[in-house]
Amino acid sequence: MKKLSLIPVLIVGALLVYAAQDFPEWGSPNSPASQSPVSSHFIANTGVDTEVPNMVTAVLADYRGFDTMFETVVVFIAGMAVLAILKKSGEKNPKKREFEVDAEPDLIVTNTVRLLVPVIQIFSFYVLAHGHVSPGGGFQGGVVMGASFILIALSWDLDTALARFPLDRCTVVAGLGIILYAGIGLLSMFLGGEFLDYAELANILPVSREMARYHAMLGVEIGVGLTVTAIMFSLYANLSTEGRLKGGL
Amino acid sequence: MFEDGSIINELFIERLNYLIYVVLLLIGLHAMIAKNNLIKKLIGMSIFQTAIILFYVSIGVKEGASIPIYLPEHDPHASHASHSDGNETEQAIHGPIVLDTELVKGYSNPLPHVLMLTAIVVGVATLGLALALCQRIYQGYGSIEEDEILAQIEKQELRAQSRSNSKQSKPKVVAKKKPATSKPKTRTSPATKKSSPNSKAKSVSSTSKSPATKPIRKAKTVPKSKPVTKAKSTTQSKSSPVKSRAKPASSKSSASSKSKPSSKAKSTGKPKPGAASKKTSASKPKSRTPKK
Repeated sequence: MKKLSLIPVLIVGALLVYAAQDFPEWGSPNSPASQSPVSSHFIANTGVDTEVPNMVTAVLADYRGFDTMFETVVVFIAGMAVLAILKKSGEKNPKKREFEVDAEPDLIVTNTVRLLVPVIQIFSFYVLAHGHVSPGGGFQGGVVMGASFILIALSWDLDTALARFPLDRCTVVAGLGIILYAGIGLLSMFLGGEFLDYAELANILPVSREMARYHAMLGVEIGVGLTVTAIMFSLYANLSTEGRLKGGL
Repeated sequence: MFEDGSIINELFIERLNYLIYVVLLLIGLHAMIAKNNLIKKLIGMSIFQTAIILFYVSIGVKEGASIPIYLPEHDPHASHASHSDGNETEQAIHGPIVLDTELVKGYSNPLPHVLMLTAIVVGVATLGLALALCQRIYQGYGSIEEDEILAQIEKQELRAQSRSNSKQSKPKVVAKKKPATSKPKTRTSPATKKSSPNSKAKSVSSTSKSPATKPIRKAKTVPKSKPVTKAKSTTQSKSSPVKSRAKPASSKSSASSKSKPSSKAKSTGKPKPGAASKKTSASKPKSRTPKK
């Protein structure tokens, strides 16, 4: 069986290596991807269209805003699915597994984490809010924020982390992020533009149309960040305890 | 050997990065195909995913280019630093400009980064979902080895069919006896237990091994229980025989399940919990070996 599976693998490998000869060399400025009008347009016009210096953020939240919205929905659905899959089993097997041990939180670890967590969380806000100007954005900030809660859960226990961020609040926050994202899109629609055409927000914001895009992108990124934070933490909470939400690692 | 244009030169020097991605991708693919352990399959999937992400990111690389964030001289907010707020009018004056083609070359391609950024986060979320499914499977089957799970599913399907069969043929006693007599030919593994539920267990293994008896029985057992109910009964374990028995009966004529319907009519409708568990545990090693 194992030997047999090597056959398709090697065939695929041979095809890929064969195809690799036609690919552009590493870093070649003449590669089709770099030559394509799409990426050139993004690079040349992002500043004019949105006044956002970070092209990645602009493409993510504005040019491809629709795509990103549903990526966020995918994250949300995945989180909800994990909840749905593990909730019942968690209720049915309330007792611990034998490999789970009750350990007192370590003094050194908890005190270090006590110092670290605020820094991590503020950094996550920085990454999120500064995502227009420097590397960063909603996904990154959200993941960093979620990691800070996971760090709490790892160094104390899950109950401590859940006391700070209960799971039902996770669900609400995750939904709120998507509502914020879609709400900004709908708002711009009601103001006369198309869905997620943030420029129309200039009608209610005291800024130019380009800056309206800039600020709406911030709102959208916050929505993404909320969803990702909540889902990352709820994924950890559910997976580490098989849905029981207490004890665990 | 390393002169220009030779295939070695092409592949191993100029396009070494692609070769690395191909190798990574093949490792992941092989793990997904060949490994029995579901977690190992997921690890393979992650490696596969990583290879693709690396591939995309390497496409975005441009020699001599900066990251896709405007340098201060092109920054639409270059003025921003000197005067903090309320500068809408001045922005209009400074006015960001469309970069010309020479300047475009100074920035690497943002598009692959955008795509991979979302792909990574979505990959984490879906990996979490896959792990949750694995945990659920482990709770239901007590194993995350694919072959063991398949063996158990097969067994449970057989059991479910036998139950629905016995429902049809009301006189249970008769049904019970018949199989006992007719069986001996097919039976290969006499792990004999005396009473009725055990005879069922035997019949399961025996029927699956004897193809000759299959067609006939297939014809008999048209209404099979749905796969869903089967799965449910498995996960809920043997503890609720009443419930699981009722279900297959109600679900008449659902799509025929894949397995050979070995309708051991013999199947004494009600499996005792203990017997069921015995069955599964007993036959586990057996079914595993023949697969390979």
